[in-house]
Amino acid sequence: MSSISLAVETHDVRRIYKIRGGKRKGEAKTLIALDGVSMEVPRGELFGLLGPNGAGKTTLIKILATLLLPSSGTAKVDGLDVTTQTQEVRRRISMVSGGETSGFGLLTVEENLWMFARFYGLDNKTIKSRLAEMMQMVGIYDRRSTKISDLSTGLRQKMNFIRGFISDPRVVFLDEPTLGLDVTAARDVRDFVKDWMAQNPDRTLLLTTHYMAEADELCDRLAIIDKGKTLICDSPENLKRRLQSETLFNLKIQPLRKPTSPEDVIEAVPGVRSVTIADQIDFSELRLSLEGEDALPAVLAHLSGRGSGLLSLEKREPTLEDVFTQLVGRRLDEDTSQNSTGEGR
Amino acid sequence: MITLSSARPEGDHRPMGFADRLLSLPFVQRSDALRSFILGAWLGWQIESNWADPLLFAVYSFARPLASVMILVVMYSVITDGATQQPIFAYIYLGNALYIIVGGMLAGISWAVIDDREHYRTAKQLYTSPLVGYAYLCGRGAARLLIGTISTIIVTVFGVLLFGIPITFGSIDLPFLIASIVLGLTTLSGLGLIIGAISFQLGRNAWQAGELISGALYLFAGALFPLDILPPVLREIGLIFPATYWLEAMRRALLGANMIGFQTFAALDNTAITFILLAMSVGLWISAAFVYRWSMRQAREKGVIDLETNY
Repeated sequence: MSSISLAVETHDVRRIYKIRGGKRKGEAKTLIALDGVSMEVPRGELFGLLGPNGAGKTTLIKILATLLLPSSGTAKVDGLDVTTQTQEVRRRISMVSGGETSGFGLLTVEENLWMFARFYGLDNKTIKSRLAEMMQMVGIYDRRSTKISDLSTGLRQKMNFIRGFISDPRVVFLDEPTLGLDVTAARDVRDFVKDWMAQNPDRTLLLTTHYMAEADELCDRLAIIDKGKTLICDSPENLKRRLQSETLFNLKIQPLRKPTSPEDVIEAVPGVRSVTIADQIDFSELRLSLEGEDALPAVLAHLSGRGSGLLSLEKREPTLEDVFTQLVGRRLDEDTSQNSTGEGR
Repeated sequence: MITLSSARPEGDHRPMGFADRLLSLPFVQRSDALRSFILGAWLGWQIESNWADPLLFAVYSFARPLASVMILVVMYSVITDGATQQPIFAYIYLGNALYIIVGGMLAGISWAVIDDREHYRTAKQLYTSPLVGYAYLCGRGAARLLIGTISTIIVTVFGVLLFGIPITFGSIDLPFLIASIVLGLTTLSGLGLIIGAISFQLGRNAWQAGELISGALYLFAGALFPLDILPPVLREIGLIFPATYWLEAMRRALLGANMIGFQTFAALDNTAITFILLAMSVGLWISAAFVYRWSMRQAREKGVIDLETNY
């Protein structure tokens, strides 16, 4: 694809942080946040970066939004180099981070949005009409004269959303946009994103999230990123199609005792491709990926042998969560610092 | 479509009115730097003036500097047995009144950096928008300068009326006063910008940078006593600090013949002082441009533009 038609492109972007905590006093330790990320996002696409906390999503967004320099590699936004053409890139982008409690609390909603719109050089007439329209769209028009310090988290986030879109940016970076929002506010935000993309087909939106359903609902394409590397990049449908040859089950079983030997893990059962286990108080929840339904009796026998009875069983369609689990070897909500036990916990 | 103006309740105050008019000027609309400066100043004024009701704000803005100058007046009176007619009193009084502006200029910009980053947590939003950072920060500093200037004027008028500081219409050298104000503010804002730019590297200690420098140099700028009484080594510190020349120029411009002469600057006439301020102003702004560029690059490299230490 030609560089001109790309909204975002990165080539082998690495970012290494020097952090305290080396072996010797005063020595810096290095942390590889991005390890050679290359990707291309065409104009008009709603592109998702999916990965667990610490995967490198926010680091990548910060590089693209000119807050951070890559340690090596190149990154372009709207055809402009983010390292050297900073001001030009900033004219074309905006960034909204989820869970933000930030804002000049003593300004009103309207004043804050007016100020940011003016930074982008918008004239008053445009600001007035866009503000009114967008505030009504997200339902904060009647709070326009309220000071930001008096707004709830959800309303602040909605205001930040308008800030991100008021300049009519060519590329919008949304970093975990629904983080910390209640169900209704999160739905409003997703609806806003969909409407905006529908109304502005030449605009591009890059979204990071660790909510699978959100990525599935919104994104045209998405990249799964883990430990600073892009594992795969495709449309949600194609990603899920990869698992169509597999048979997926959700099982609830009585609490499972720990395996005593490598042969004792569920993965050792013939026909099991992958498994993740979430331990609850009274039961364990298994997400099984099998080569076929034929493998199920052997799994149930294995569980029974480890003293765990079946409570419920459900066959299901593949989700992005399964794609992630298959690629990464653990579930998205698991702490990345923990190593896999070999039983997908 | 409902527009904001038509939906605004009658009598609803719109504080961005004046700034809005300035921003609507065609040449301002075309310039990122001018827009950033005006918006920075507007925001700075909102922050500096909006935290309390007007009466409390006035008390804070006026009573605080008056009180701090009064402490000096009382100390001076006790030591000299009330000799406020002596030229040295006018020297000290004016020096302290004017140093309010120096402190505001040096600390204002670094304070804005830490305020955006740590307090309001808006650095990420600001520095991904096309604002021109140095212009925005100067705007933020300008709001502090305005408040400092008002305080200085009040303290000075108070000194003229109450303690007989010999400033009269006849004593003021208006062209030199205007030149001193313009060059002094340019010089100090250049220095303030250098401190502010370095503040991006300092994390939680950034808020102290401006106040530390203005506080430390208070003794060496000739605000409290003439440089002549300092040991030669310490006098050199004062001689490289732009505020020293600015205070000297302002005293000369305001007091005229009533200005007490000190040996340190005896060889410098008003023109020489003006040129020194001009040279310092140019030098500091060139340095500020380099330091700001370097510091922002470093901040992007380290990832500290939006650093939040939650201190």
